[in-house]
Amino acid sequence: MKKFISLALVAAMTASLAACGSSSSSTETSAAAADSAAESTESGDSSASADGEFVIGGSGPLTGGAAIYGMAVKNGGQIAVDEINAAGGINGHKVKWVFEDDEHDAEKALNAYNTLKDAGLQIMVGTVTSGPCLAVVQETADDNMFQITPSGTTQDITANPNVFRMCFSDPAQGAKSAQYIGEHELATKVGVIYDSSDPYSQGIYETFDSEAPNYGIEIVAAEAFTADSKTDFKTQIQKMKDAGAELVFLPFYYTEAALVLQQAKELNYSPVFFGCDGMDGILNLENFDTSLAEGLMLLTPFAADATDDLTVNFVNTYKEQYGDTPIQFAADAYDCLYAIKNAAEKANITPDMSVSDICDALETAMPEIIFNGLTGENIKFNSDGEPDKAPKAVVIKDGAYVLAD
Amino acid sequence: MSSFLSYLISGISLGSVYAIIALGYTMVYGIAKMLNFAHGDIIMVGAYMAYVTFTGLGLPPIAAIAVATVGCTVLGVLIEAIAYKPLRGASSLNVLITAIGVSYFLQNSALLVFGADSKTFTSLVNIPSVSIMDGAVIISGVTIASIVTCIIVMVVLTLFINKTKAGQAMLAVSEDTGAATLMGISVNRTIAITFAIGSALAGIAGVLLCSAYPTLSSQTGAMPGIKAFTAAVFGGIGSIPGAMIGGMVMGVVENLSKAYISSQLSDAIVFALLIIILLVKPTGLMGKKIQEKV
Repeated sequence: MKKFISLALVAAMTASLAACGSSSSSTETSAAAADSAAESTESGDSSASADGEFVIGGSGPLTGGAAIYGMAVKNGGQIAVDEINAAGGINGHKVKWVFEDDEHDAEKALNAYNTLKDAGLQIMVGTVTSGPCLAVVQETADDNMFQITPSGTTQDITANPNVFRMCFSDPAQGAKSAQYIGEHELATKVGVIYDSSDPYSQGIYETFDSEAPNYGIEIVAAEAFTADSKTDFKTQIQKMKDAGAELVFLPFYYTEAALVLQQAKELNYSPVFFGCDGMDGILNLENFDTSLAEGLMLLTPFAADATDDLTVNFVNTYKEQYGDTPIQFAADAYDCLYAIKNAAEKANITPDMSVSDICDALETAMPEIIFNGLTGENIKFNSDGEPDKAPKAVVIKDGAYVLAD
Repeated sequence: MSSFLSYLISGISLGSVYAIIALGYTMVYGIAKMLNFAHGDIIMVGAYMAYVTFTGLGLPPIAAIAVATVGCTVLGVLIEAIAYKPLRGASSLNVLITAIGVSYFLQNSALLVFGADSKTFTSLVNIPSVSIMDGAVIISGVTIASIVTCIIVMVVLTLFINKTKAGQAMLAVSEDTGAATLMGISVNRTIAITFAIGSALAGIAGVLLCSAYPTLSSQTGAMPGIKAFTAAVFGGIGSIPGAMIGGMVMGVVENLSKAYISSQLSDAIVFALLIIILLVKPTGLMGKKIQEKV
C-alpha cells in the first residue's frame, strides 16, 4: 500500500513538473509569436562589424512576470533602429538590433550578455530591470563596453563611467517631482507621507526635501509609516490637513497609496495627490474604485496620449507593428537608440573600431549631445551618466492617464 | 482640540479591532493554555471569504458577514481537531510550533488561491459617517460599527461565560483541567467550543479590519494578529475585560504617539509601554496571579 502511494506521488510530481515545462515553453512561443513582426536577428552570429554594421543589443525579461517591460524595450528599440536605418543609418552604417531574454534574473542576464557578445555586440542598451543590470555593469566595465540602460532606476547602476541612464534614478525622482511641482505652480504648501522602512521611498523623500526650497515649496508636514503599520494612515492624513497642505506627495507604491486616497476621502480632505513611478499601476488594482484616484498626478517620462508629432508617430507605428499601446519602457528604449545615434555622430565612430574605442569615444561625446526625444525635450546627460530633462507628469481623468500640461 | 479628538477616535477605532482579535487570543489561551498564532491568519481567511461573497458573488453585505463568521468558525474547529487535538498531551512548545505551521499554511494557501496582488476590499459597513464640532471631526461609519461591535461582543461573552453551562465548563477547564474531567466535563468539547467562538470573532474582526483599512492580501492578518496578541498580554492574557482594555490602550497609544511624538517610532513606543507594564505588573493589567505548583 505504501509503495502504491509513493508511486502515485511520483506520478503526480512528474505530471506537475511536465505541466510547468509545457506552460513556460508556451509563453516563450507566444512571446516569439507576438514578436514575429520584428525581424529575427538573433539567428545570424557572423561578425557584424565586418559587414560594416553597428551591432547594438540589449537584454531584458521577455518571459515571466516582468515580460511586458522587456518586450516594450525590445519593440521600442526595434522601431528606433528601423527608423535610423531607413534614414541612412549612423554615420552611413546600418544598425543591427539584437535582443536576448534575461528573465529578470542576474545570472541569466550575464549569460544573455555573453550571447550578445558572441553576436558581435558593440553597444549595450540594457538591461531593462535594476537587479540584473547591477550584475551586467560589472562585466561591461571589465570589457569597457558602452552601456545605457533605458529603465534601471537603482542609483548604483551608473557608478562606472561607461554606463549611462535614460530614466530618472530613484533619488532623482524626488528632485524632479519638486521641480515639476514648483515650475507648474501646483502648490506652495506641500505635505509628504513616505515609507521610512523602504530605501526607495526614503531616498525620494530625502532628495525632495532638499530640493523643495529651491522651487519655492514649503514642506509643511512630513510623516512616515513603516512596513509594519501600512494600513492606517488617518493620523498622517489628519496632520497633513491640520498643516494646511495643498498638495500631498506620496513617494511609495500604489497598494498603500490606494489606502491613503480612501482614508483621505473619509476625512473629507481633498488636496492634490502626487506620486512617482511606484504609483503607476493604481488603476489596475483589483476592485479599486478608480474615482478615488481622480485628479491624482504622477511623474512619468511618457504619456501615450500626448499630441506632439514624435509621440503620435511612435504610438501609431507601435500599435501597427505590435498591436498594443506602448508603455514608458518602450519610449525609454527608443530614446536610448537616438542618444547613441547622436553621440556616435558627434564622435564620428565607425563599426570597424574596437568595442573599447567606441566606448571611450561615446563616453566623451554623451555629455555634449542634446536632442528631443519621446521622454522629454532637450535631453542632456551629465558625465555621471544621469539624464537631464524636464520632468513630465500625467493626471488621472475619468479613470485614465492624461498628460498634465 | 478637534485634531486631538480625531486622533483619539481613530485610535479607539483601531483599538476596538485589536480588542476583538485579542478576545480570540485570550479565550483560547485562557482555556486551552496555548497561543494560537494562526489566529491572525484566520482573520485573513475570513476577510477573503467576505470578499468573495460580496465582491465575487455579489451577495448582500449581511450574507458576506455571515459567510465569514460561519466559515471561520468551521475553519477554527477543523484546525483544532486536525492540528491541535492530537497534541493535547504534548509540551506547549510543540503546540506553539504547530500553530506557527498552521499560520504559514493559511498564508501560503491564500497566496496560492488569490495570488500575491493585494485586493481592494469594498467596505461592508454602510453606516453614514457622523461629523461633530461643525465638521472638524468626522467619525466614519466603520469606526462606529467597530466600537459598537466590540462592546456587544464583550458583554455577550461575559454573559455567556457566567450564565451558561458551557461557559461555566470553560471556567472550570481553565481553572483545573483534571478536576473538570472528574466532574464530568468533556474537556475536548469545551476546547472545541472555545475555538469556535474565538474563530467566529476572528471572522467578524476580518470584516471590520478590512472595511476600515480596505486592502486585502495574504499578509493582512499577520501584523494586526501580533499587535492584538500584544494587547492580550498587555491586558492580562486569559482575561476578557483585559483584552478589551489592552486593545483600546494599544490603539490609542499607537495613534497618539504617531500624532504627537513620531510617526516612525509609534510601534517602538507601544512595545516599550508593554515592557514597562510587564515589569511593574507581570501578569498584565487585569491578569490574575497564578501560583506555580512546584
